[in-house]
Amino acid sequence: MSETSTDPGYLLEAIGIVKRFGDFTANDEVSLSLRPGTIHALLGENGAGKSTLVKVIYGALQPSGGELRWRGRPVSVANPAAARRLGIGMVFQHFSLFDALTVAENIALALPGAFDREALAARIVEVSQEYGLPLAPDALVADLSVGERQRIEIVRCLLQEPRLLIMDEPTAVLTPQEADQLFVTLRRLAGEGCAVLYISHRLEEVKRLCHHATILRHGRVTANVDPTQETAASLARLMVGADVHEVRTEARESEDAVMLAVSDLTLPAEGPFGVRLHDISLEVRTGEVVAIAGVAGNGQTELFDALSGERLAPAEASVALAGMPCGGQGITARRRLGAAFVPEERLGHSALPSLELSDNVLLTRHASDAEMVHAGFVDRPRTREVSERVVRAFDVRTSHPNPQASALSGGNLQKFVLGRELDRSPRIVVINQPTWGVDAGAAALIRQALIDMARAGAAVLVISQDLDEIFEIADRIAVISRGELSGTHAANSIDREGIGLLMAGAHETGAASGERAP
Amino acid sequence: MSALEAVLLTVITASTPLLLAAIGELVTERSGVLNLGVEGMMVMGAVAGFAAAYTTGSAALGVVAAVGAGIAMSLLFAFLTQTLVTNQVATGLALTLFGLGLSGLIGEGFTGLPGVKLTPIHVPGLSDLPLLGPVLFGQDLLVYASLALTALVAWVLSRTRLGLVIRATGGNHHSAHALGYRVIAVRYGCIAFGGLCSGLAGGYLSLAYTPLWIENMSAGRGWIALALVVFSTWAPRRVAVGAYLFGTVWIMGLYVQGIGIGIPSQLLSSLPYLVTIAALVVISGNRLLTKVNTPACIGQTFVPDR
Repeated sequence: MSETSTDPGYLLEAIGIVKRFGDFTANDEVSLSLRPGTIHALLGENGAGKSTLVKVIYGALQPSGGELRWRGRPVSVANPAAARRLGIGMVFQHFSLFDALTVAENIALALPGAFDREALAARIVEVSQEYGLPLAPDALVADLSVGERQRIEIVRCLLQEPRLLIMDEPTAVLTPQEADQLFVTLRRLAGEGCAVLYISHRLEEVKRLCHHATILRHGRVTANVDPTQETAASLARLMVGADVHEVRTEARESEDAVMLAVSDLTLPAEGPFGVRLHDISLEVRTGEVVAIAGVAGNGQTELFDALSGERLAPAEASVALAGMPCGGQGITARRRLGAAFVPEERLGHSALPSLELSDNVLLTRHASDAEMVHAGFVDRPRTREVSERVVRAFDVRTSHPNPQASALSGGNLQKFVLGRELDRSPRIVVINQPTWGVDAGAAALIRQALIDMARAGAAVLVISQDLDEIFEIADRIAVISRGELSGTHAANSIDREGIGLLMAGAHETGAASGERAP
Repeated sequence: MSALEAVLLTVITASTPLLLAAIGELVTERSGVLNLGVEGMMVMGAVAGFAAAYTTGSAALGVVAAVGAGIAMSLLFAFLTQTLVTNQVATGLALTLFGLGLSGLIGEGFTGLPGVKLTPIHVPGLSDLPLLGPVLFGQDLLVYASLALTALVAWVLSRTRLGLVIRATGGNHHSAHALGYRVIAVRYGCIAFGGLCSGLAGGYLSLAYTPLWIENMSAGRGWIALALVVFSTWAPRRVAVGAYLFGTVWIMGLYVQGIGIGIPSQLLSSLPYLVTIAALVVISGNRLLTKVNTPACIGQTFVPDR
């Protein structure tokens, strides 16, 4: 990778970029060249060094070695503002939105010039409609879902009219139709001469969209390929260095006991931007995986909170777990009924960042595992033992036997928080966005664990925005849209288009076909 | 001078130093920094203002010295907490103790000397109106400055790019850094503004409120200002309401004592605290406003990764 041409045809060249953090080399002589008007994929597992490389390009990190050239000229990108002046825009995966500010204010912070609220709001509405990414300029970010937040990032970038657009997993939270719309947008931008650097775990998507792909493994470039000439499996092999385990699901028998039942659950919206749950009914039986699809911000968080007991239902009978009505009971009582809950946000909701893994085990299991607490005292050897068992069983990669939760990468932490729940063999599992922002290897492991759990007799409810995931694991599928839940459809009786229509709210007008739930 | 006029005038002079100190601390906290050194910066402003005015005979130079002392103290705090990344709570407490001690030392030779009083403005015609004249048009410039600063801070924070950057820095310093804003520089600026305002508040005490120097003459006002900021949910207009509410109840308590109603004086002196806290707790019951305004990064140190 010691290509040092100064071909003026390149928009951006990264030549031999090295980035070290202490002893750890995140990027080792990474080179990458982008031409205007091309869509270039950057592939690799979590921790392969993709984010580090794009942060160097965007000026958020300074390289320890190597050179960046912009239109053939060596440049040093001192900070993100300098990158934006060059014409580099970036859609971040983490760390770039302000919860306490409105959508318009968040966008204004990334744009140069005066802060004119009204004019900006008008532009936001215009651009977001043009690209099919609906946004309310005055909504507070704190009240928005992960998917809606991602839309802010994308619109923020588009408003900067960039020459190079860096996108870090932009489609993770979009419906298939929205993703298609985004691809139209990206192709149009490329047609206008903009280069796109596209990070994604979705190999099919990369094959459809991208002209070139650079594959990173352990901080080094392992291959530069034309993704249209590769198969998803061959790309995965280049990324992982081994064949990726494929999720297997077997046929199952029905006629099982209802373990989770929601009947006519209605909850008012919480806060001005919350979603009202309207007349939700759902049954999940032992041995099956039921998935709820839907675009972010349609009531998934509210439904999860109502199921887990973080929000109580007005009627005891609205939620029943293992046959016991428990709508008015809190999360501890529901856990004692054999239910396990894994929320969407890993850090801060599933796990406390500053606590060690063994203490995080205690957080959800203090009441359901009698042996962890004796007369009010924590049995630390026991919590350590459980945490180590989870780490082993779920292949959680840690640098230290009992690290703080914040020291784990997203995928590893997700494996841990799921493993923590599955380790106690729950009868009911409710999980929200199980593989959001998780690399392919970890996602496959998580999905397999959920299927195995169901086949072993648990009732599993998965709330997800990822249709590939849903079709991979679900026996039955329902769609949530504006706080209303469609009937469930057997996974083999409905296709992506049908679900897309339900996501857009078509069940309200009866446009979608499909049998009503049992 | 009618009794009502006298009450109104004393309420204004009691409220002004609280408002000045609180509005400065509000800006500091909005940028994500908790400076518990308000009391120390204030008392340093008071002694510097008095000493400069006494030595030069100019109240205006006294105000300049007070502001300078406040800013110098705040920059010491900024250097420690932002550059050397010390704990903000401990550093702020140390700044208060340091300010109280140093001001006592500097003020040693000035105790009991007659001070220079900041002269009230006089607008011909308007200032001579009955009641309204002295109350609205006969104050010294610092009173008007405190109200103008409050309006300015409210406008800058809600309407300008600078205000947006300050709120963003206090809300999420990692995001602000990722977008290319200089978190530490913004915080230095906001800490210095807080120092400026605290210095001004101290200067007001020794140049207008009671034109003389007494050790510890800030008498806990810095702490009240800190509490006002929190209870007003970091909203400038509410800080003004809170400061004046506190001033009003305080003065009313003194008058009630003067009349000789049989309420224990201790109860009367605690009344301003109780009333202000009760009123502001009711105001801050609006959870949405609290959520929007509370700087999420307050008190947290930030070290940019490179």
